[in-house]
Amino acid sequence: MDLTLKIWRQKNANDKGKMVDYQISDISPDMSFLEMLDVLNNELIEKGDAPVSFDHDCREGICGSCSLYINGEAHGPDRLVTTCQLHMRTFKDGETIVIEPWRAKAFPVIKDLVVDRTAFDRIQQAGGFISVNTSGNTIDANTIPIEKEDADNAFMAATCIGCGACVASCKNSSAMLFVGAKVSQFALLPQGQIEATDRVLNMVKQMDEEGFGNCTNTGACEVECPKGISLENIARLNREYLSASLKG
Amino acid sequence: MALDSKIPQGPIADKWTNYKNHIDLVNPANKRNIDVIVVGTGLAGGSAAATLAELGYNVKAFCFQDSPRRAHSIAAQGGINAAKNYQGDGDSTYRLFYDTVKGGDYRSREANVYRLAEVSTNIIDQCVAQGVPFAREYGGLLDNRSFGGVLVSRTFYAAGQTGQQLLLGAYSAMNRQIGRGKIKMYNRHEMLDVVKVDGKARGIITRNLITGEIERHSAHAVVLGTGGYGNVFFLSTNAMGSNVTAAWKAHKRGANFANPCYTQIHPTCIPVSGDHQSKLTLMSESLRNDGRIWVPKHLKDVEAIKNKTLKPTQLSEEDRDYYLERRYPAFGNLVPRDVASRAAKERSDAGFGVNATGEAVYLDFASAFMRYGKEQAHVKGLDEDDDALVKKLGQEIVKTKYGNLFQMYEKIVDENPYETPMMIYPAVHYTMGGLWVDYNLMTNVPGLYAIGEANFSDHGANRLGASALMQGLADGYFVLPYTIGDYLSDDIRTGPISIDTPEFEKAEAEVRKNIDHLINNKGTHSVDYFHRRLGKIMWDKCGMARNAEDLKSAITEISELRSEFWKDVRVPGTENEFNEELAKAGRVADFLELGELFAKDALQREESAGGHFREEYQTPEGEAVRRKEFQYVSAWEYKGEPKDAILHKEELTYENIKVKERSYK
Amino acid sequence: MSGILNSSIGRKFAMALSALFLMIFLLQHFAINILSVFSADTFNEASHFMGTFWAVQFIAQPILIFGVVFHFVMGFVLEIKNNNARQISYAKNNGGANSTWMSRNMIWSGLAILGFMGLHFYDFWFPEINIKFIEGDMSGLIDPNNAESGYRYMEHLQHKFVDVWRVALYVVSFIFLSLHLLHGFNSAFQSVGANNKYTKALVGFSKVYAIGIPLGFIFIALFHYFNH
Repeated sequence: MDLTLKIWRQKNANDKGKMVDYQISDISPDMSFLEMLDVLNNELIEKGDAPVSFDHDCREGICGSCSLYINGEAHGPDRLVTTCQLHMRTFKDGETIVIEPWRAKAFPVIKDLVVDRTAFDRIQQAGGFISVNTSGNTIDANTIPIEKEDADNAFMAATCIGCGACVASCKNSSAMLFVGAKVSQFALLPQGQIEATDRVLNMVKQMDEEGFGNCTNTGACEVECPKGISLENIARLNREYLSASLKG
Repeated sequence: MALDSKIPQGPIADKWTNYKNHIDLVNPANKRNIDVIVVGTGLAGGSAAATLAELGYNVKAFCFQDSPRRAHSIAAQGGINAAKNYQGDGDSTYRLFYDTVKGGDYRSREANVYRLAEVSTNIIDQCVAQGVPFAREYGGLLDNRSFGGVLVSRTFYAAGQTGQQLLLGAYSAMNRQIGRGKIKMYNRHEMLDVVKVDGKARGIITRNLITGEIERHSAHAVVLGTGGYGNVFFLSTNAMGSNVTAAWKAHKRGANFANPCYTQIHPTCIPVSGDHQSKLTLMSESLRNDGRIWVPKHLKDVEAIKNKTLKPTQLSEEDRDYYLERRYPAFGNLVPRDVASRAAKERSDAGFGVNATGEAVYLDFASAFMRYGKEQAHVKGLDEDDDALVKKLGQEIVKTKYGNLFQMYEKIVDENPYETPMMIYPAVHYTMGGLWVDYNLMTNVPGLYAIGEANFSDHGANRLGASALMQGLADGYFVLPYTIGDYLSDDIRTGPISIDTPEFEKAEAEVRKNIDHLINNKGTHSVDYFHRRLGKIMWDKCGMARNAEDLKSAITEISELRSEFWKDVRVPGTENEFNEELAKAGRVADFLELGELFAKDALQREESAGGHFREEYQTPEGEAVRRKEFQYVSAWEYKGEPKDAILHKEELTYENIKVKERSYK
Repeated sequence: MSGILNSSIGRKFAMALSALFLMIFLLQHFAINILSVFSADTFNEASHFMGTFWAVQFIAQPILIFGVVFHFVMGFVLEIKNNNARQISYAKNNGGANSTWMSRNMIWSGLAILGFMGLHFYDFWFPEINIKFIEGDMSGLIDPNNAESGYRYMEHLQHKFVDVWRVALYVVSFIFLSLHLLHGFNSAFQSVGANNKYTKALVGFSKVYAIGIPLGFIFIALFHYFNH
C-alpha cells in the first residue's frame, strides 16, 4: 500500500506545532498502525530526520499507552480496538491519513503525538481506591459473596485502560466516562460502599479542577472506547454524585 | 565469593513464620526517617511501594511509562494461582509448592517456593478487599479455572484480563499513598544506574524522559521490580519498553545475575506474519482448557492447507494428529509450557507447520463448542441432537469465557476463530532468570533488592501458568515489606543520604558519558536495526532448542554485533529532550551485553531443564534429560565483559520433595 | 449540597431538571394549542383561564420564565466552558462517526429556539402582558366594552397565521425544536442518573415526543394558515 500521512509535529510543549505531510510506500495490510509508523520512523532516522514521537508500549491493546486521533477518530475508524490493534487493512491503498494527538486542555502535548495524561492519575489519587492496608489477616475472600451480575458489571467498568479516547472524542473534552467507570466499579461492590460518598465527591472535584469539560451526553465516548465501557457508568456516576451531594 | 541464601532453619512449613517472629523491626516513628526507592510499578514494584508506604516508609517510585498503571503486568491474561482449595479438589499449600517446584524442573529454591505457596491465599483476600473484580459463580463466590502442569483448579481470574485487574488493584493502593504524600511518584523516569556508598545501595541515577534531565535520587534501600528481559529476543510478548537496563546496571555494580538462560517460550502466541512485526501477541494459556492442539497427520494435507485448497475444518478426525494428547495422555493439552512449546516446534520442524512460514499449529475449539453446547441444550431443555443449535449455544459459552481473546485474534489475523481453528506458535514470554537474591529477596549487594520477574528465585527452569502474578504480588505485598525491615533496622540513625557525594557524582558522570557517546556517534543504522539482528541470533541459537556449537557462535556474533552497535548506531536528536530513540539505544546496549551472558550460561548448563533444552541431552523420544550434577543456580559475577563473568554456584537441595523424572505422561 | 452548581455534574443536573420542566410545559402548551383546531370556544376558555388565573400568572409563569432563562444561560455557560476545555481543535474530526448531529449542535438548535421565542413573545406574550397589565384590561374580550364581542384569543391566533413568512419561520423553528428534543429528552434522563433497563423503554417514547410535539405545533400553524 502507498499512503500519504499528515502528522502533527510539535518539538515540545512550548512549540507551536504544525501538520506535516509524509509519503510512505510498500506498507503491508497485515501491519498494525504502529508498525506502519515504525517503518516511517526508520526511514526518517536513516535519512537523518527526527522520528515521530508517539506513546505505545504493550502493543496488544491493554496498557492504554497508544493514543492517536486518526482520520478524525480516537484510535482510528475501527471499533473496540486501540491504535496498536488497528491494522492497515482497514485503510485503502492511496489513502490520506490524518494523525493528530489527543486534543484537550487537560492533556497538554509533550511532543508530536505524545500527550500528558497524568490528570487521570490525579483523579484516581483523589479517591479511586478502597482504603485497605496490606496484611495477611484481611478477611477470607469468600466471606463476601457478590451477586454475579454486579461482579460482572464491576468488572466491565474496571476494564477501562485509561487511554483517554473518551476525552479525545468528546466534543467537550469531558472525562466522565473514565471517572464513571472507576466510580462504578467500586459503587457496584460491597467493599466500595464505606467510602462511596467521599470517593465520588473527591474524584469529581479533581476532575473539574483538571479542566475537563462537561458531559453533554453525546455518547461519542462510548462509541470510541476501545473497551466498550458503557454510558450507564456515567449515569451511575451522576446518581452517586447527586446522592453523595445530598449526604455530604 | 560465597553465596549465602540465608534460608532460615527448621521445618519448611515453619520457616517463614519463625523468620517473621525473629527478625528486627523498625518502629513506626523511625520508619518516617527512612527512604526507600522502588523502581518499576508492576505487580511487584507497585504492591511493594504501596505496602512500604502504608507501613510508614517514605517511598520514591519510578516508572518509565507515563503512568504506573501501564507497567506490563497489565497484559497478563489468564489468572493467578492460590492454594485456597475453594473447589475442594485436594489443593493445599504443599501441593502448590510441589507443583511449582516440579513445574520448575527442580531448579528453584525450595524455601522460597514454599513461602510463595504459603502467602498465595493472602493475596486473593487482599485483592478482593481492594475491590479487584474476580470472576464469580452464580452463588456469588469466587470461580476458578485450571492451568497447565497441575491437576487441580486453583487459578483465580478476571476474564482474560487478570493482570490488568490485579495491577489496577496495586495501582489504586499506590494512588492512596500518593494522595497521602507517602509515595512520591516519578513517571517517565528511567533508571540508568545504581549508586553504592560504602558497599551499600544508596540511590539511583535516572533520566527524566520528557526533559532529558539526569537526576540523582538517594535512599536507604533500593528495590528493583523492573521485570524480565524477554525483549533480548526482539520479538516477544513483552511490551516495547520492557528492558533489562535496571537489572543489568545492578549486575554491573556487583549484583550477581542468576540463570540468565532460563527463558519461557509460551506455546500459544499468534504466529509471526512478516518482517515488519514489532511484537508478538499472547493467547492466554487458559485457552488450552478448552482448545485442542493439532496438526495434520499427513504432509500432503499440510501442503493442501498451505495452498488453500483444503480448509482445516474439512480434515477428518483420523487425519489429524492431536500430538499433545498422543504424547502426554495424562495432562494432554494442559502440559506445562516448556513441554507444549517444544512439541509444537518438533512438529513444525518435521514439516507439519500449517501456515506459510511453516511455523504454526492449530488450536481448535470445535469440540468445546459441542461439549458446552450439549450441556446448555440439556439445561435449557432444547434439542441436543441439533448440531447447528448446539454449536451456537457452545459458541456463546466460549464467548463469555474467552470473548476478548477471540476478538483480539480476529483483529490481528483477520480470521474468525469461531469458524476456523486458531493458529498458534510459541514465542518468548517470560524470563525465569534474573538477579540473584537470598531468602530476603536481597541481591548480594547490601540494600539492593530484586522482586517479581526481575529476580530468579521461584520458578526454577520453567514457570507454571498463573504463577507470575502470584509471585509478583507475594514479593511486593507480603515478603519484601517484612524482609526489608530487618535490613533497615540498622539504618534508623543514618539520617538522610546525601546526593552530593563522589559516589553519586561518579555514577552520574558515567551515565552522561554513555549518553553523549550515543548521541554524538552519528552512525548509519537505527537502534531497531541492531535489536532485530540481536533478536535473530538469540532466537536461532539460544531459542527453544540449543546446542554447544550454536551457543559458541552466538557468543562471538553477539560480541561482534555489540562493537558494531557502538561504532555504527545512529541516535537522532539531542539528550535534552523527549527522545525515544535515545532511551531505546540505552536499553539495546544492555541487551547486547546480557545476550552474551545468556548464551554463556546456556553453554555452561550441559543438561536440559525446563525452558532450557540442550539438543545433546535428550532421550530417544525427544524428552529433556536433566542432570544431577547441574542441580545448582548459576550466579554470574560481572568482571568487565560478559565473556569474563565468573560463575558462582548455589547448590539446590530438596529435603521436602523427592527429585524425580519430570513426567506428564 | 452546597456549591453543587459549581460542579460539572451539578450543572448538568440543573440543566436536566430545567429541561424536564420545560418539556412538561411544552406538553401543556401543546395541549391547549391543539384545542384551537377542534373548538374555538374551548380554546378561548382555556386561554382565558391560563391568562387570568392568579396561580398561573403569578406563580407558574415566573417559575417558567426562570426555567427558560436558567436553561439558556446555563446552556451558554456550559458551551463556553466546554469550548475552553479544548483550545486547539482537530484538523480533521469525524464527529458523525460516533454521535448524532443533534447531540453535537444543541447550542445551535437552542439558539434557533431562543430566536424563535423572541418572535413568539413579540407575537403573543408582549401583547398579552400589555393588554392585561399595562392597559389593565383583564376581560379577555375583543372589545372590552362589549361583553358580547367574545374572547380575543382565537382571533389573535388566526390573525398571526396569515403571513406566509411567519408560518414558515414557525415551521423551521419547530424543526429545530424537534432536533433539540431528539437529543435533549434522553440526555436529561441520563444527566439525572437514569440509565438502566427501564429507561431503555424511554428511548422510543422520547422519539415520539421529540417528533410528535413539534409536528403537532407545525400542524396547528399550517391548519390556521390554510383555514383563515
